[in-house]
Amino acid sequence: MDSTITFTVNGKSRTVTTDPQRPLLDVLREELKLTGAKYGCGEGQCRACTVLVNGKSVAACITPVADADKQEVLTIEGLAKGDRLHPVQEAFLVEGAFQCGYCTSGMIMGAVALLRENPSPSEDDIKTTMQRHLCRCCEYPTLVKAIRRATAATPTR
Amino acid sequence: MKTKLLKPRISSPAPNSSASLRLATSGQAFSLSAPTQPPEYQEEMEPVGYDFGLKRRSFVQLLGAGLLLAVSAAPALAQRRGGRGGGGGARNIAARVHVGKDGTITVMVGKVEAGQGARAELSEAAAEELRVPASRVQLVMADTSLVPDDGFTAGSGSTPRTVPAVRHGAAAAREALITFAAQRLSVDRRLIQVEDGKAGSAGSQAKVSYADLAADADAAKALDQAIPSDIALTSVAQWKVLGKPTQRPNARDIVTGAHQYPSDISRPGMLYGKVLRPPSYGAKLATVDLAPAQAMKNVVAVRDDEFVGVVAPTAFLAEKALDAITPTARWDFTPQPSSKDLFDSLRRHAQGGVPANPFVDVLAQAKQALRQIYQIAYAQHAPLEPRAAVAEWAEGKLTVWIGSQNPFGCRSELARAFHLGEAQVRVVVPDFGAGFGGKHTGEAGVEAARLAKAAGRPVSLRWTRKEEFTWAYFRPAAVIQIEAGLDDKGSLTCWHFVNVNAGGAGIETPYRIAKHRSESVRSEAPLRQGSYRCLAATGNNFARESFMDELAVAAGADPLAFRLAHLDNTRLRPVLETAAQRFGWQESIKKKKPNVGVGLACGTEKGSYVAACAEVEVDLTSKRIAVRRVCQVFDCGTILNRSNLLSQVQGAIIMGLGPALREEISFENGEILNASFRRYQVPRFADVPELDIHLLDSPDHASAGAGETPIIAIAPAIGNAVFQATGQRLRWMPMRVG
Repeated sequence: MDSTITFTVNGKSRTVTTDPQRPLLDVLREELKLTGAKYGCGEGQCRACTVLVNGKSVAACITPVADADKQEVLTIEGLAKGDRLHPVQEAFLVEGAFQCGYCTSGMIMGAVALLRENPSPSEDDIKTTMQRHLCRCCEYPTLVKAIRRATAATPTR
Repeated sequence: MKTKLLKPRISSPAPNSSASLRLATSGQAFSLSAPTQPPEYQEEMEPVGYDFGLKRRSFVQLLGAGLLLAVSAAPALAQRRGGRGGGGGARNIAARVHVGKDGTITVMVGKVEAGQGARAELSEAAAEELRVPASRVQLVMADTSLVPDDGFTAGSGSTPRTVPAVRHGAAAAREALITFAAQRLSVDRRLIQVEDGKAGSAGSQAKVSYADLAADADAAKALDQAIPSDIALTSVAQWKVLGKPTQRPNARDIVTGAHQYPSDISRPGMLYGKVLRPPSYGAKLATVDLAPAQAMKNVVAVRDDEFVGVVAPTAFLAEKALDAITPTARWDFTPQPSSKDLFDSLRRHAQGGVPANPFVDVLAQAKQALRQIYQIAYAQHAPLEPRAAVAEWAEGKLTVWIGSQNPFGCRSELARAFHLGEAQVRVVVPDFGAGFGGKHTGEAGVEAARLAKAAGRPVSLRWTRKEEFTWAYFRPAAVIQIEAGLDDKGSLTCWHFVNVNAGGAGIETPYRIAKHRSESVRSEAPLRQGSYRCLAATGNNFARESFMDELAVAAGADPLAFRLAHLDNTRLRPVLETAAQRFGWQESIKKKKPNVGVGLACGTEKGSYVAACAEVEVDLTSKRIAVRRVCQVFDCGTILNRSNLLSQVQGAIIMGLGPALREEISFENGEILNASFRRYQVPRFADVPELDIHLLDSPDHASAGAGETPIIAIAPAIGNAVFQATGQRLRWMPMRVG
């Protein structure tokens, strides 16, 4: 039985009528055409699907869309302010912290969530928090560098 | 429809045999020999033999029970056999470089971008010869309706073969501009220089641009000419664009999420598909009831002999529809192998038996004779984007967007499956989410196309992780047997190396040994298998470099000194020496800390050279091997793009930790038991050791590809370090301490 879900996605109110058990990832990608978040495993093991719900990192592939009802969702598409990239995006770009780039959206959103919780993480903090994110091209050292660069560039709040 | 997962049933060509392209079916082998130069490697794959539209019997007659495509990438062959793997490349300038009247420069290549850096490298290559900034080059990759067939993106071939091909085409366009400028400006051709896309004589304001050339109908005909084979390329010393670290041209789209991967492609009216998979290898569909799916609103279910799939407006509904019919399927099972019997089975079924050592006499006279067996497990590439494709039919023509390393091969696969001419099929490969040698085939495209045909609408098919872990092909497992003799001075007298099942990549020893033979034989593979990053070279180097350490111990020699005493190769030697020096080998080997050890390994493959030193700490209680420090030195000739090269080397080392320490496909009676990232554990942040990577630039040597060879030294370096730490010799990948 379909339900009507109303939530804020990248600052805009959106309403979707769909099966409440449908993964948030599918709704973002198929209904809202926000394909930045990726499917990688379907069980929250790779985090290519990471988006923020109320500022917290979630694996959208295992989050039923019902859980996002009346919540605030932020995806990679909502991160830049116009042409101005978010400091984490900028840092990934400058460091070239990707090869195929399929994990990048999830990595960036994971790093944004990390910096919201801990504005000045140590290298160990970064590795521990990002441990759940997979990069099969194994660009890990550059990813750590990029997140450190973003840490330096992000004003503490 | 008939589908069959085709298994190889023929002997593989001996390594380093004459260049040939083999299309072999059961009992019949078609071998197209090109008697020129030996192939540098052979890519391997097992296509799924989909055939929609023929009767079952015709299918069997056509393709038999087994199909193995082994594609040689020797350039001479590639020119001759255009379209079948090597790729014919571009004959005319216009097929490679298109100059618009507005001055837009479009360069067309048949290669794909899967994270290895081809887009940046090929853009730079064209820009260098056209004398324009790289940002002026718009690179169209891997759209079969637009680009020349440059062959697979595999075997580290883009750098040594496609870069020169693109440079030739671009240089020819530049020469056409020079000729045109000389005429229009009435200046001697030899005085014309091209800078920033404009041609003229030095010091003069009068310039002619690529746009001017394109706008002049007569002059533009020069671009329709064949690319001269003798055209001079810009020397390394004069490079302005190549050789500089450059970012991927679409990098911004990656960090904003704007780039459309194959799984992101959306077409008007597109639906989502799912395919019914057997529960295990070898299971054959007997019956299935599609009614429960067909009863669902907006769902289309199709059965075409053994192919069963569903299509729905959402992926979620498609999955529900698949779930509805799955319990109704009845399967016929035949007993299948299990991973616990794998190595015995591979040995037992070695075709023609495991070859006998041809040097038994030499071995009998040796002071010491050593013999060991190494085992290499099945591994999965597990690219982060599983196979994905979108298929669309319009007026009898088929367009497929797909993540594949083999766009023209996919076109052939689609044409064959649907009985179309290749001109009726267009394959587009958007930059996709990694391959590592695991995406040479186009089955996802064929499946999407069959579903799209049933639904009468475009269909997106994205394999699940479980499907990718189970039905994509695997890196072949291997049993490797080595025998060698040492004389009373501790020198190697003979060497016999046999790889059963995985193939001959990197199989030749780089060491000086009077009598040596290295060979590979096929076996009966229980799982679908094919290329992997550096193919069999990971296993072959693991075995050889581990065994070299065992021989060093037997000879009472230091592992480094023992190797150097047998190593004449003028490029591998400095690579090994530099790695040992940077790592502090001499000091490290003397230090004795409990359960901490160091090891080294080296090797060469596909024209590049690598050496690694590793320090490990072994916890004998938890059985954990922690790799603490790695120094790797790599030489691939002239460096084209240092930042990308560093990425490739770094990524290969870390990726290589997986099959070295953990990755192993486990299966029982044909069922894959660990088809998830939870159970098949690939490297993550915490696995990354302290890394010292040193890239040796050799501007006197042509650039070799670099996406593969950097993976071959890490596993044996770790194994040798574990031995030094614990005295345990680990002769299997993944390595586990007892």
